[in-house]
Amino acid sequence: MQKVNLCEVCSKNKGVSDPVGFELAELLVGLGTAPSVDVQPPTPKCTVCGFTQIEFKKTGRLGCSNCYDAFSRLLFGMLKNMHKGVRHNGKVPLQHHKLRSYQERLRTLNATLQQAVEAEEYEKAAAIRDEIHQLESERT
Amino acid sequence: MMNLASIISNTGEWLRGEGPHRNIVISSRVRLARNLRGKPFPGWAKKAERLGVVQIIKPVVESLPEMQDAFTEHLESLSSLEKQILVERHLISREHAAKGAGSAVVMNTAQTLSFMINEEDHLRMQAICSGLQLTKVFDMINQADSKLEMTLDFAFHDQLGYLTACPTNIGTGIRASAMLHLPALVMNDLVNKIINSVNKIGLAVRGLHGEGSEAVGNLFQVSNQTTLGESEEEIIDRLNKVIETILEHEQNARQILLEQRSVTLLDQIGRAYGILCHAHSIGSKEALNLLSIIKLGIDLGLFHAGSRHLVDELFIETQPAHLQKGVQKMEVEARDALRSSIIRTKLNSMSQPDVAKINTMPGKGGGSL
Repeated sequence: MQKVNLCEVCSKNKGVSDPVGFELAELLVGLGTAPSVDVQPPTPKCTVCGFTQIEFKKTGRLGCSNCYDAFSRLLFGMLKNMHKGVRHNGKVPLQHHKLRSYQERLRTLNATLQQAVEAEEYEKAAAIRDEIHQLESERT
Repeated sequence: MMNLASIISNTGEWLRGEGPHRNIVISSRVRLARNLRGKPFPGWAKKAERLGVVQIIKPVVESLPEMQDAFTEHLESLSSLEKQILVERHLISREHAAKGAGSAVVMNTAQTLSFMINEEDHLRMQAICSGLQLTKVFDMINQADSKLEMTLDFAFHDQLGYLTACPTNIGTGIRASAMLHLPALVMNDLVNKIINSVNKIGLAVRGLHGEGSEAVGNLFQVSNQTTLGESEEEIIDRLNKVIETILEHEQNARQILLEQRSVTLLDQIGRAYGILCHAHSIGSKEALNLLSIIKLGIDLGLFHAGSRHLVDELFIETQPAHLQKGVQKMEVEARDALRSSIIRTKLNSMSQPDVAKINTMPGKGGGSL
């Protein structure tokens, strides 16, 4: 058996069609012309761009970067089958990297501050607070 | 600012260059897909939103030091013939050529860097060079990307990496590919076996113009299919290893042709030469298939090494849009006639195949590569 992946246009050009399969797909996403149930569950929608899951099943493309959060449940399984892993392991934009290390540093400092206050080490706490102010002013 | 005429009148580096393993690996290419945070992807965006994205991205790309003296244009200002020429040069994709208002292209004079704005993603940028040098082309485009991200806010997710319109490109957004010329593997009926094993390890093999295109001229494009879960370097490293293996197989297949099937080999080269020298009407597909055999003949020393550039250029010059550059739109019959005449002129300027280079006596061994 040979597996061929065809887009909609190619499959039409090559005369490949599977009307039954297509109807089934439509039925699954709630577009079917078959006797439909009166009450349909609301189709998931991206709150940022208004893109729907039906649209995604039709085109295989998403509406905006936020769609990845909006349809995360559906996408997770897909990505798992599609790729080597589900966690990015490559380049990180420098600005993003800087922001993340800033947030990380801030988190650590706040935790140490909390500990110092609880241990009533006020001199130490004051020093940490200065450091936090310094970090925040550098960021802005 | 460069104009399109000077881009068209000069072939790109990947066609002229002398990269490593140039005989078999025509070109290496890496493209990265990026999108702006908070903006709908081109396929879902309204025209005004797409125009807005072009307005944000285009000046930033143009300001890159490597893009001074670039050719830069909105797609609605290009004719379909001009766009087709850029497709045949592998400078824009077929998908991008179908776009009009709200999409743009920026490319450098050497035609090694090309930026498509509002293709399937807001930005698709590629570097392409001759021969096998995937690491070099990745470095080129990666440097451009690093400069762009200082100004452009790309959609990036902690777990999923760079976010793209199609989930198949998510993560690194990288598509690394090499265009391979594999006539001996085809002649020895080994190419399908190779394609199958390459597919099994998660790489794609496609024809001349990528997805959905046929393999003509014994040209095959090998590329990564997965983009998430591995680093860019790991992806390129894996692809490099596979290409080196295919390269070795093609070299072995050529040796087998020389040693065991030299009559068939000479016959094919002779016929290809004969048809190309005497045809008065030839389609693009037949021309590419026969030119591929001539190219093999050059690699095996049957023609003067100086003819290499001549034949390589024909691969591009005989493509439909290139034939019509500078003239009125032509019908198929006229194109086929013009194509055959261009090929005849060039091939007649070459010497005839020197058959003495190949030993056709069975059992006596053959020439060498």
